[in-house]
Amino acid sequence: MSPRRLIAMSRKEFIQIVRDPRSLLIALLMPVMQMVLLGYGVSLDAKNIPVYVYDQEGSQDSQALLKRFQASPYFDVRKTVNSYRDLRYAIDSDRCKLAIVIPFDFSRKLRDTGFAPVQVIVDGTDDNTANLSKGYARAVIARFSADVQHNWLQRQGMPIAASNGNISVDTRIWFNEDLESRNFIIPGIVALVMALVGALLTSLTIAREWERGTMEQLLSTPITPSEVMLGKLIPYFMVGMADAALCLMMSVWWFGVPFRGTLASFFTTTALFLIVILGIGFMISVAIRNQLGASMIALLVTLMPTSLLSGYAFPIDQMPAAVRAITYLVYSRYYVTILKAIYLKGVGVKALGAEMTALAVYAAVIGLLATRAFRKTLD
Amino acid sequence: MPNDGNISVRVDGLVKRFGSFTAVDRVSFSAYRGEILGFLGPNGAGKSTVIRILCGLLRPSEGSVIVAGVDVGKDPEGVRHHIGYMSQKFSLYNDLEVSENLRFFAGLYGVDRGIAGDRIREAISLAGLQGHEHDLTGTLAGGWKQRLALGCALLHRPEILFLDEPTSGVDPMSRRQFWDLIHGMSGRGVTVFVSTHYMDEAEYCDRLVLMNRGRVVAMGTPPELRHLVKKGALLLAKCEPLGTALQILQGSPGVAEAAVFGNSLHVRVEQAEDALVTLPAMLESRGVKCVSLKPIEASLEDVFVQLAGEQSAVRGGPDR
Ligand SMILES: Nc1ncnc2c1ncn2[C@@H]1O[C@H](COP(=O)(O)OP(=O)(O)OP(=O)(O)O)[C@@H](O)[C@H]1O
Ligand SMILES: [Mg+2]
Repeated sequence: MSPRRLIAMSRKEFIQIVRDPRSLLIALLMPVMQMVLLGYGVSLDAKNIPVYVYDQEGSQDSQALLKRFQASPYFDVRKTVNSYRDLRYAIDSDRCKLAIVIPFDFSRKLRDTGFAPVQVIVDGTDDNTANLSKGYARAVIARFSADVQHNWLQRQGMPIAASNGNISVDTRIWFNEDLESRNFIIPGIVALVMALVGALLTSLTIAREWERGTMEQLLSTPITPSEVMLGKLIPYFMVGMADAALCLMMSVWWFGVPFRGTLASFFTTTALFLIVILGIGFMISVAIRNQLGASMIALLVTLMPTSLLSGYAFPIDQMPAAVRAITYLVYSRYYVTILKAIYLKGVGVKALGAEMTALAVYAAVIGLLATRAFRKTLD
Repeated sequence: MPNDGNISVRVDGLVKRFGSFTAVDRVSFSAYRGEILGFLGPNGAGKSTVIRILCGLLRPSEGSVIVAGVDVGKDPEGVRHHIGYMSQKFSLYNDLEVSENLRFFAGLYGVDRGIAGDRIREAISLAGLQGHEHDLTGTLAGGWKQRLALGCALLHRPEILFLDEPTSGVDPMSRRQFWDLIHGMSGRGVTVFVSTHYMDEAEYCDRLVLMNRGRVVAMGTPPELRHLVKKGALLLAKCEPLGTALQILQGSPGVAEAAVFGNSLHVRVEQAEDALVTLPAMLESRGVKCVSLKPIEASLEDVFVQLAGEQSAVRGGPDR
């Protein structure tokens, strides 16, 4: 490995990125656009879900619960009806996505058990919204129950401190659930952006040399295959890391997602993931000698599994067993899991040993394959 | 003949197959230090394929290829330090500046940092690009691009230079300048391989390898090759209409071969004196007007037509 040749290669590649408007667009604008589109796409969907109410009891307690729904930004309580038939009609005609049925014995059961026995009917035609609205509704109801319980205990003269811990833990978990969509999905979007940008950029790099006829000259020089690979990927690695930093800043400062982990663990995992993505992009570029074809295949191989099978938006534990088994082969699954844990739980790299190992093994294998992929002959 | 110590390239029984197609068929030749060896032949003759094999870019199917003492079939990488290569298609980076291209290749060839600056300046002056160091390479005219590519291929001072049709699509002025550079190289002991379509350029070479359909048809110095045609005589005929004249002449007794060259015919005959009398008469009798008929000196193109045995092989001059 000659540093002189490596530097020459990297420098040339870097100049080309900076001079190529398309590469610049992919490197700089695409991460921002993806973050904004996907980030907002997710949270906008889940706001102002139209709600119909069938309040069989009509008590002070039931009104108090409904007020919680009215106060929530996620729900828009449209109407109160007086029969299941009306609810069904409303859902069938798409006037509401969610219906709340408060039973005749709501207050009594609430007092006896401490839980609000509410029936929630969800329009399941739109799977994603259904899941989200179910989660939100559960959160609102659980918080309401917890508050009622809390007040009740207080009135009974029970020592609050003793049971407070119990209840407040409950409320906190639900509180997180309340913001589920954005906080859970945005770390996954970071993975998506990395996969997209990394694979697109690198898939062009070798194909471009073939297409423009510059490859033959390159091959006739003493540069070795691994120098070509490393020299070409170093600039894209730096671009990828910069994009990761950009995504991190946007997710925290723009979208307000909590970042509880350390920067070191974030960038370490991102580096591993980038090695995998860049390696794959490079191999595709070597195999498919034209830019259009290479970028299409790169998207297919990286973006598709990352968006569908990584668990970034569609929870893996809700997938059929066969599909779930496949996700273990999807490298982005590990990255998404790690990212979510770093963001939301703030755990370090050590706690994610299994996932880190899987990602590292992937990086090593792909890295090795990538060095082998490029041959210095024309046939 | 120079002695063996001076051989810089030795090719023996070289065969290259692409699938079932044989692009290079049992080619053997040697090149000596400081020599300009020209590769001549029509499209698809196998010139580029031979050059690519010599550069280690393609693996030979059979035969031995020794370049600068390296067995290219076994060690294609080993030859790279010794050679400079200019591919048939322009292959520098159009989106890089002139000096950036040079710096890039100086890096790839591992030219010492201490001397790289001087080498780059030399390459720029060789290409005549002073003052254009920061122009984008894509904006240069053809002749400059080719000279820049030559400059790049010379940065590491290779012993052997492979130039695959370096002057195609370049104006005549620039072609002359380019050949001056090639002669300069050879004067410094660099062995130069040049492939070309232009017959007039063949005359600038020390030795020629004539190729057709993957085979070597003839080899030798330009005078040696011209001498091959001296058996018999060559006549230049201007006739009207040309096509009919060609048809008639090709079948006539005493005519070995007839081919179109520009707007006239080259006719190879066994005996000039007889032909000068009989041919005009015969042509006139079949309704062809014979404007003029005279003996001429054979050019390399005639050699080619004769040796390749097919007139479709080479069309004279620059039009490809
Ligand atoms: N990679 C390849 N695969 C299959 N056939 C090839 C390949 N490269 C060259 N050929 C064929 O081999 C023959 C010789 O090609 P080559 O490029 O060496 O000819 P050439 O003499 O350089 O012609 P030109 O003057 O057009 O450059 C041609 O028929 C060509 O189609
Ligand atoms: Mg050629």
